[in-house]
This record gives sequence, structure tokens and C-alpha cells, in this order.
Amino acid sequence: MNNARYNPFSVAIHWVMALLILTTWSIAIVVGDMPLSPERIAGISWHKWLGVTVLFLVIIRLLWRATHPAPKLDLKMPIWQEKVMTLTHVALYLLMFAIPIVGWLMSSAKGYTVNYFGLFDLPDLLGKDKVLGHQLKEVHELLANVLVALVGLHVLATLKHQFIDRDGLLSRMSFSRSNTRK
Amino acid sequence: MKMNFITSLKCSFVLVFAGFAMQVMATEYGTIDLVKSNIHFTSKLMGSNLSGDFSKFSGKVVFNPDDPEKAKANLTIDISSFNAGGEELQDEAKSKDWFNTKNFPIANFVSDSVKSLGNGRLEVHGNLSMKGKSLPLTMTVAYQPQGKQMVFDASFQLLRLDYGLGSGNWADPSAVANEVPVKVHLALNPK
Repeated sequence: MNNARYNPFSVAIHWVMALLILTTWSIAIVVGDMPLSPERIAGISWHKWLGVTVLFLVIIRLLWRATHPAPKLDLKMPIWQEKVMTLTHVALYLLMFAIPIVGWLMSSAKGYTVNYFGLFDLPDLLGKDKVLGHQLKEVHELLANVLVALVGLHVLATLKHQFIDRDGLLSRMSFSRSNTRK
Repeated sequence: MKMNFITSLKCSFVLVFAGFAMQVMATEYGTIDLVKSNIHFTSKLMGSNLSGDFSKFSGKVVFNPDDPEKAKANLTIDISSFNAGGEELQDEAKSKDWFNTKNFPIANFVSDSVKSLGNGRLEVHGNLSMKGKSLPLTMTVAYQPQGKQMVFDASFQLLRLDYGLGSGNWADPSAVANEVPVKVHLALNPK
């Protein structure tokens, strides 16, 4: 099979964001149950800084994706699988955008101005509102959990294509052609 | 004679006006309008601004714009009215490592001398007591009449570690900055 690859910029931003999102999420998990301490403040700060980076990158990525269509998918798979794939990809894009925005809203509502690596402040999107801040936290966490589930599905599907179907799907997202391709 | 009369009339007008002006100027201000007054501070957490305030305070300020150097201020701040960030931060702020509100429920500022800098500006020297420590504090205060009230604005910077705020592993200023800018806005009613 001769699957076309995504362009190098798309491939690069895919993997950079994958790593960033994994790190940002891991920090949140570690910091989540910690009592308030300098370490927790440092963790939350890094979580926000990386989260803001994800937001910047996803905007660039969406603009890039809108002007650079995905390479044609030349695989035999059931229609329902293709539909699920498209839906998953759309949902991943939406969540990568929505989660940082909700996090930013949540931080504003809780009375913490978000900054970027201590360099500059981002504007407060909302006035301080304890109840709203708590609700936004719930939404932020719920969306993050949905993202984790979809990333899991995304990875499992890739693994299935790679090792069960052996159709070289993964090579679409790599810089050089995969060796496992038939 | 006629000229003299007019001149003296003018003079008396001037005197009356001057007297009136003196009356206005001589108004003494004393009680704090707590609704219009506030005490704000900003803390930096990893470079991120967290603003807050103390909503409860009381005190006496005596001020006469004719004799500003005789001004006196004695303010008492209810530390448990600390308001910044979320609940866990509020609780932490009241804990032993920070304000220890159980043992030190109030902070107190007492002026001991006031120097007029002209142009509606004062240099106020005094002592700020907080968490069992009393340290000298100097601030520049701008004042101006606003309606019937006299409004004061002061901004100065405190170093939290000077007052033992943030002990243990909180002492590291990289997570919570040592510098805490404070802004005080007081509206005084005429006596």
C-alpha cells in the first residue's frame, strides 16, 4: 500500500502537541490531590503555561489544517470506522481548543490571572465568581477526561492498524516511511 | 470718599470671601467611610498576579488640610477578612505559616509623623504591626477633596518575609514573591 504522508509541519505539530498535552495532563494529575504548597503552585503554573502553549499551537494547527487538507486515505475499512475516525479527529481538535479556554475562564473566575511563563499576563476573561469558578473546574475536568478517552481510542485504533491490519496507517504521521508497511 | 467707600467695600468682600474660604478649608475630617474605602494588595504566584483585599477594617484618621502635618492615623485591619483566590488559599492564608489569625487576628497601623510634600501629597511615617512584629513604614499619600469627603490614596510595598508571612517551605520567594504591593484608598467624612 502506498499511503501519502501528512506534510512535515502537520507531522511535527501533531507529535509536539501530543507530548505537550500528555505533560500538561500528567502535571494536573500529580498536582490535583496535593495540598496547597509552593510545589502545587509551581505545578499549577507549569500546567497553565503549557496549556496556554497548547492553545497557541492548536490555533496555528487549525489554520494550517484548514489550508492544507489531509492526504487521501487509501485504505479499505468499513464506513462506520471511517465515520468514527472523522468524528474522533474533529472532537480532538475541538477539545484541544476548548479545554485550555475553559481552563483560562476557570482561572479568571477563581480570581487568578493567567500569565505566560511569568513574562506577561493574559487578560481576565471573567470577573471573580466562586460558584462559576467551581462549575468551570468541573467542565474543564470533564472535557479533559473525554480527551483522554478519545486519545486512548485514537492510539488503540492506530495500534490496531499498525499491528493487526498491518496497513501502514501510522506512516501517514511519520517523517519517514514506516518499515512495517507492507 | 467715594473711592474709599468702594475700596473698603471691595476689601470687605475679599475678607468675607477669605473668611468663607477659611471656613471651608478648615474643615476637619475624621470618620472613615468604610463603604468607599478599601485596602488592596497584589501577590505574585510564580509571576502570576493574584489580587486581593481586606474588607474589614476600622480606625481613626484626623486630618485638617490647613495643617496637614498634624494629621494622625490609626487603622486596625481584621486579618480574617483576607480575601484572595480560592477557598484553599484563603484557609492557607489564615494558617500558622501565614497570618496565623488565631493568635494574631488584627494588623495595626499607627502614624507617628506626617510631612507635607505640597501639592496634596504627604509623607506619612508610622508603624505597622502584624503577626507580632512591629516595623516602621513610610508611605506617600495623595489627598484631594471629593464632594464633601477627603479622599486619600497611598501605595507602598511590603516585604512579607519581614513579618514572618510564609514560613517553612513557603519562605522560598520563587513560588510566592516577597514583595507585596499594597494600595490603600480612604474616604473621610467631615467631622
